Amino acid sequence: MRRIGVFVCHCGTNIAGTVDVKTVAETLGKEPAVVYATDYPYMCSEAGQNIIKDAIKEYKLEGVVVCSCSPRMHEATFRKAVSAAGLNPYLLEVANIREQCSWIHKDMEAGTAKAIVLGRAAIAKVQLNAPLIAGESPVVKRALVIGGGIAGIQTALDIADAGYPVDIVEKEPTIGGKMTQIDKTFPTLDCSSCILTPKMVECAQNENITIYSYSEVEAVTGFVGNFSVKIRRKARFVDENKCTGCGVCTEKCPVKNVPDEYNLGLSNRHAAYIPFAQAIPNVAVLDKNRCIKLTKGKCGLCSTVCSAGAIDYEQKETIVEEKYGAIVAATGYNPIKIDGYDEFAYSQSKDVVTSLEFERILKADGPTDGHLQRLSDGKQPKTIVFVQCVGSRESGSSHGCGKEYCSKICCMYTAKHAMLCREKYPDTDVYVFYIDVRTPGKNYDEFYRRAVEQYGVHYIKGMVGKVAPQADGSLMVQASDLISNEQLHVKADMVVLAAAIEPDKSARPLATMLTASMDTNDFFTEAHAKLRPVESPTAGVFLSGVCQGPKDIPETVAQAGAAASKVIGLLAKDKLSCNPCVAHSNEMMCNGCSSCANVCPYGAITYADKDFSRRQDGSMIRRVASVNEAVCQGCGACTVACPSGAMDLKGFSTSQIMAEVDAICK
Amino acid sequence: MADLKEQVLTASGVNPLKCMRCGKCSGTCPSYDAMEYHPHQFVYMVEKGDIETLMKSESIYKCLSCFACIERCPRDVEPAKLVEAVRLAVIRQQGQNHLKPQQVPEMLDEELPQQAIVSAFRKYSK
Amino acid sequence: MQVNNEFRPKIVAFCCNWCSYAGADLAGTNRANYPADVKIIRVPCSCRVNPMFILRAFQRGADGVILCGCHPGDCHYTTGNYYARRRMTMLFSMLSYLGIEKGRTRVEWVSAAEGAKFAATMNEFVETITALGENKRLEDLRCKK
Repeated sequence: MRRIGVFVCHCGTNIAGTVDVKTVAETLGKEPAVVYATDYPYMCSEAGQNIIKDAIKEYKLEGVVVCSCSPRMHEATFRKAVSAAGLNPYLLEVANIREQCSWIHKDMEAGTAKAIVLGRAAIAKVQLNAPLIAGESPVVKRALVIGGGIAGIQTALDIADAGYPVDIVEKEPTIGGKMTQIDKTFPTLDCSSCILTPKMVECAQNENITIYSYSEVEAVTGFVGNFSVKIRRKARFVDENKCTGCGVCTEKCPVKNVPDEYNLGLSNRHAAYIPFAQAIPNVAVLDKNRCIKLTKGKCGLCSTVCSAGAIDYEQKETIVEEKYGAIVAATGYNPIKIDGYDEFAYSQSKDVVTSLEFERILKADGPTDGHLQRLSDGKQPKTIVFVQCVGSRESGSSHGCGKEYCSKICCMYTAKHAMLCREKYPDTDVYVFYIDVRTPGKNYDEFYRRAVEQYGVHYIKGMVGKVAPQADGSLMVQASDLISNEQLHVKADMVVLAAAIEPDKSARPLATMLTASMDTNDFFTEAHAKLRPVESPTAGVFLSGVCQGPKDIPETVAQAGAAASKVIGLLAKDKLSCNPCVAHSNEMMCNGCSSCANVCPYGAITYADKDFSRRQDGSMIRRVASVNEAVCQGCGACTVACPSGAMDLKGFSTSQIMAEVDAICK
Repeated sequence: MADLKEQVLTASGVNPLKCMRCGKCSGTCPSYDAMEYHPHQFVYMVEKGDIETLMKSESIYKCLSCFACIERCPRDVEPAKLVEAVRLAVIRQQGQNHLKPQQVPEMLDEELPQQAIVSAFRKYSK
Repeated sequence: MQVNNEFRPKIVAFCCNWCSYAGADLAGTNRANYPADVKIIRVPCSCRVNPMFILRAFQRGADGVILCGCHPGDCHYTTGNYYARRRMTMLFSMLSYLGIEKGRTRVEWVSAAEGAKFAATMNEFVETITALGENKRLEDLRCKK
């Protein structure tokens, strides 16, 4: 039996008010294993801690029980004190006699009796505590950022600035993401490309940053500080090192009718293409599904015109394998498909467009060279109707593509669009049909009010019920005006739908690879909604940008920086100390059934054939489980799943919990 | 009054609290101009328990039961079912029928869509 | 605990460290009263609770056992509470087969913010158990002195 010391805290009158601490100390002092028991007004104070330290030395204590506030409050404090006195910090148990006893009970007798029982349970548990030593694992000083939009770019730049190498994996041929497609940014109306392009260039030039464009993450193994990632580099059939980005191949390519992704299919590109003028890397790509040489084996025109000799039709996709200490998910978003909304006639009329398409129409490098035009006949629209909340804030399953959340950015970009229309073309009538105008943010509501007051945009509270294309090419918009209690019919030339945004499709398979959790909308879950908003619950995985929830650019950049600082904090360490309260398997009892591995949410359990041969029994090789202590988070799911009782959890072992149960039920 | 509200809610199976007051139902309603109270008002007035006003209103007979509001509602509120339930509340009170069933055939004309005729019988007969 | 021979139940509550134990702490911080009959055992996650622990508690004379975890979907370890829910469903149906009243066991989801819910749940549970009376069916009399 271990020599136990019991220390009862008064916490001023917080505990002593309803618990007779002297009686508790005296009674627990009579427990068989207890060699020393005392009480003190404030155990957590310097003096209180010294009492514990002195007692450990004087009475040669082998276990310490502190009856005080919640272990969530001061367990760490007392562990430190115990450790300072030379005892293993995990030979300490805290009995919670404040939050779960004195504060909730008014009756002194009942409170005291309960405190004694809780003390006994702690004594019973500490008898069985094992001295635990937190393991250490090394940190690979390199970070991976998945996604090369503004979120990924900012995170990478901040990490690189701190002096750590960082790789960006981007599935498109260029970094930049959605922000490259946007014309102007609210609330200042500065040009999106003008503020983004320098950052993209900085990424390319920063020697700490490696850009894997046109690449995807294939597999992730390992754990915090030591991830191993396979990156699949898709074949672009152009040698990145030789290509100068001159663009001659893209002009000469005879295949001219491929829908241009950059313009959301509103215009065409060639099969050999550079996504847009400021692409980083500024390297051409051959579209392997459309290139005549790659599909039929003929043509080869681009190769003959390329003076750098960069075209390589034989290029194969390659797998790069690299080790990382931290991974940042920055996979971004897409507008939802709105073909299901028949009432808005999106698939019937070219003049019904989504907001991102409208953005392309407004932008100088877009399909209309920045001129506000109808896509059907090229005429300048005189009446434009904006519809808010298309697919956002929907509980309905009637359309099957609606989202329950607010997409957050639509109110502001619609105000921006409306304002830009009225500014460039003052003779245009602009209507915005809204349910609520949600503009929290610095200078945001002022921005919206400017659209109304200064630019004369008609804001109408009510939803559009129907858009009907007319024979004369106009669009009849039927909507309700809730304030005047009327049904409105607006003859419009163009209708712009603020489509909801959803996480990129690549996010879910990535989350599976990272064992990071997601919510029902496929947004990554943060470790704590308020206090750890940029960390995923999986250690070493961080979140940046819209992949965690709808955000505008300033918020995305702020979060990107926050994620970077968390990564830097991690990479700055040489070694990580692990939580020692993890599962471990008794190899002699394990029968290799895989029950534990099946329930492990972290993939911490692996199996290996182990040689148990002994001379007298002959050869015996058995498959047994082993726990990777750096990956295990200590939930204990495996301990219950194990049919042979081989799996146990350090710090919360089966025998410890049983001892507590026994002590409480005595 | 509370009973009436309860009756309408039970008969329709609609939870008006799901409404986010976007007005898409009224924006889509083909019978809007003929109605004194519009689909979104039905939802709000049922929520407030103001059923008797609705029962007295012609609006409950002007609803075409085309269910466009149900189809388009982003929050699955189903306003037309409320209109129907209010109508039922009237029909269930003996002698309160807006029309006698015999009167319906006289009012038919050839242009009337089949759906409207069926719906008329549902509205007017007991 | 036997005051004036009045029956006071013995109740064991297993609380997960991240949600329910914190919720219990919050109940304390808010001074939300519940009877002293409830004794809490801290476990890392509700999925750490082996059905064996609950049988052991009944064997040793507990009158009621309650398991509290994070709300479904909110588990600190992603899926632990789902395992707990399934295991407890199985165990409880077995207990009811053995003749243990349904009310003696309970699973409740309590978040770290739900101090009031924790207290209310415990009050309710103590009331139920008090009404059910002493657990005699599973108690191992050899464990009694």
